[in-house]
Amino acid sequence: MQALTSRAKPVERKPMTFVERLYLWNIFKGMMITLKHVFMKKPTINYPKETRPFSPVFRGLHVLNRDEEGRERCTACGLCAVACPAEAITMEAAERKNGEEHLYREEKYAARYEINMLRCIFCGLCEEACPKDAVYLSETFAPANYQRKGFIYGKPDLLIPHPKENPEEYKQALGNRANKQQQAN
Amino acid sequence: MYSTLLAFDWLFLIEKLVLIVGIISVSLGIAMYETWAERKVAAVMQDRRGPNRAGPFGLFQPLADGLKLFMKEEIIPNTSNKWLFVLGPCLAMLAAMMTSAVIPWGGKIDFFGREVNLQITDINIGILYIFAVVSMGIYGIMIGGWASNNKFSLMAALRGASQVISYELPMGLSLIALLLVTGSLKMSAIVGGQIDGVWNVVYQPLGFLIFLICAFAECNRTPFDLPEAENELNFGYHQEYSSMKLGFYLFAEYINMFISSAVMATLYFGGYDIPGVNDAQLTEKVGLNWMAFFQGAVLFGKIIAFILLFMWVRWTIPRFRYDQLMHLGWKRLVPLALLNMIITAAVILYQLKK
Repeated sequence: MQALTSRAKPVERKPMTFVERLYLWNIFKGMMITLKHVFMKKPTINYPKETRPFSPVFRGLHVLNRDEEGRERCTACGLCAVACPAEAITMEAAERKNGEEHLYREEKYAARYEINMLRCIFCGLCEEACPKDAVYLSETFAPANYQRKGFIYGKPDLLIPHPKENPEEYKQALGNRANKQQQAN
Repeated sequence: MYSTLLAFDWLFLIEKLVLIVGIISVSLGIAMYETWAERKVAAVMQDRRGPNRAGPFGLFQPLADGLKLFMKEEIIPNTSNKWLFVLGPCLAMLAAMMTSAVIPWGGKIDFFGREVNLQITDINIGILYIFAVVSMGIYGIMIGGWASNNKFSLMAALRGASQVISYELPMGLSLIALLLVTGSLKMSAIVGGQIDGVWNVVYQPLGFLIFLICAFAECNRTPFDLPEAENELNFGYHQEYSSMKLGFYLFAEYINMFISSAVMATLYFGGYDIPGVNDAQLTEKVGLNWMAFFQGAVLFGKIIAFILLFMWVRWTIPRFRYDQLMHLGWKRLVPLALLNMIITAAVILYQLKK
């Protein structure tokens, strides 16, 4: 019969030799193999303590950005929601009142901004679509939750910490993204 | 009144009780850490890390496991024979513990002028006692499997029984050859003959190999762990057991491993003999107590080496098929052991004639 692939190997049907039938030598050989593995490097990563380094283009949870003075950049233009292939983003626009200039950068802002993290496919198209650099994908990924509604992230979950009020958390939230942006500029 | 009390050496009783408690707690502790070591060895051989969450290097893992076993629900099946169901694990544990009574754990120690022998009893049929108690261990498996009222448990128990009985034969035959060499059944005499001399393994390499294989079978350890057989008898004789009763079975297995390592070290590897050292000279130099300590340490080193060998083999080779097991036992080991015995006897006769 013709072999179906060139990789097929005929099965060896030779009767076992005396040494093979004794087993002991083969058991000894097997034990040498396991002994060799004792000294091998373990591929395990102690996860909560160590983490695998992310790829530089990793796309994690979204962050709503602020400018240097801590004003929200988002103007609720809706381009991200349009760009989103999974239709995960919804928002409600509102007009900036007098005296709110320190909160919002432009005259229009997002009063409600929600991303459904169960729908999101983390493609990063919202980041590409945003004309104001207001939304970008960070390097953290979605944590577990007990309920579905816990995965609908509102503004309090998404907004980056205030750069002046708590600069350390702001820096942490920016992560390596800040370096990358500087390099891109 | 005093004369009747004094007729019995109360210190002797206390001494032996202390020894018994000490040895039992040591074997329990060793069994505990054997579970840890087993998991660690398995992990290391499979390029994993093993338990490392509880305490440094996962050293508290056995405590956590024990706590888990205690907290589990104690189930006694409706249709089981309740009395036998409880008796099974107790017997397994009891038989495992009793063997350690005749093993010499070290030389003598000098305890405030009283010479204490580090052996619970030095009966003159030490080896026969070990054999008797080891054979009792099979009752634990048999009764447990029977009382569960479960076909799989019963079949596994039968397997276990026939396996242990089959392998006791070559084990005994290989021992006869050893006894021809040592000329005594007394454990202390067997160790005494090896101290500062040649270990018995040199005279009896084949006998040792047969004994080792049979020890694996007697302990139900991996190439021969057919009574457990997860894949065909879905957990073997302790399928119906839960909580600490299951723990007792598992513990008994580990204690058996410890004791059989001790027996092998004693019979074939010089017992508490310190290799390369003249014991009598060292005793004069460091004193009796330190000597006993060193001897005990050396014996434990040998035991630990054997335990590691048990684990190493377990995580290397797969399980035998049942017919292969019986084939090996009856058609290979028994004739080999007989041959070994006859050759040993012939050599000894020849030497006597000269």
